[in-house]
Amino acid sequence: MTDCMLFASLFAVYAVSQTATANLPGPKDLFELPLVMLETGLLLLSSFTCGLALVMASRGKINHLLGFLVATFILGIAFLFVELHEFRTLISEGYDWSASAFLSSFFVLVGTHGLHIFIGLLWLLVLIVLLLRKGLSEKLQHKLKLFSLFWHFLDLVWIFIFTIVYLGGVAI
Amino acid sequence: MIRAYVIGFVSSLLLTILAFVCVQFQLLSGTQLLLAIGVLAVIQAIVQLYYFLHLGSEAKPRVRLMTFLFMFLILLIIVGGSIWIMHHLNYSMMQMTPTEKDYYMNSQRDKGF
Repeated sequence: MTDCMLFASLFAVYAVSQTATANLPGPKDLFELPLVMLETGLLLLSSFTCGLALVMASRGKINHLLGFLVATFILGIAFLFVELHEFRTLISEGYDWSASAFLSSFFVLVGTHGLHIFIGLLWLLVLIVLLLRKGLSEKLQHKLKLFSLFWHFLDLVWIFIFTIVYLGGVAI
Repeated sequence: MIRAYVIGFVSSLLLTILAFVCVQFQLLSGTQLLLAIGVLAVIQAIVQLYYFLHLGSEAKPRVRLMTFLFMFLILLIIVGGSIWIMHHLNYSMMQMTPTEKDYYMNSQRDKGF
């Protein structure tokens, strides 16, 4: 819930300063939709594998569970990698977060989401290690459930970033 | 259980691709396009909330659903309100000439804001 508030305020900031591009190129010229579509696909797929991992956990199939958790982890890493690549391209072209209000709010909003993904990946890594060392206990099942809530939530936030920031930015 | 996730995943993917195609190939234009992708996003959010986060499928005293709806209301007020206020501020400032704007800003500063 608090995270929802955080993202909501960042969305509001973005919506307000979207047009304040300081005469630099706006969303329409900067964003590469196919790349963002790839990110969306990766995150959606990782959300899916995370859900399947939870099902396997409730059925007690540890090998399947481990497989899906690792798949989620790899997809998350791939997502972060593509996002960082996008950031690096923008910055190397001179459009960093100090260039305009639009870019500041863009980097803060998308960067905060990326940071959440990063923290989620660390969390997932800890869970995988716990699973390997101590096996599937009732406690761990609960922990997996909490993680999956967090992960699905991040996917949900990304849909709105994808729609409002990227698609909306290009559509105008 | 698996079925729910498969349904959620496939429909999310379809909705995303649909929104992407609409924008990439400019199937609609202007406000219509914005409205279309907005509606698609909301549908997808509901799909994911239901199939991934299992919201709305709990037993009768639906505490989680109520909490979510309450949060949604607050969210709407904060985001909608901010955008409304800031837009109005832009609109009011737009009526002023640069000199007037300077004068206004300076007078506000003198008041201590």
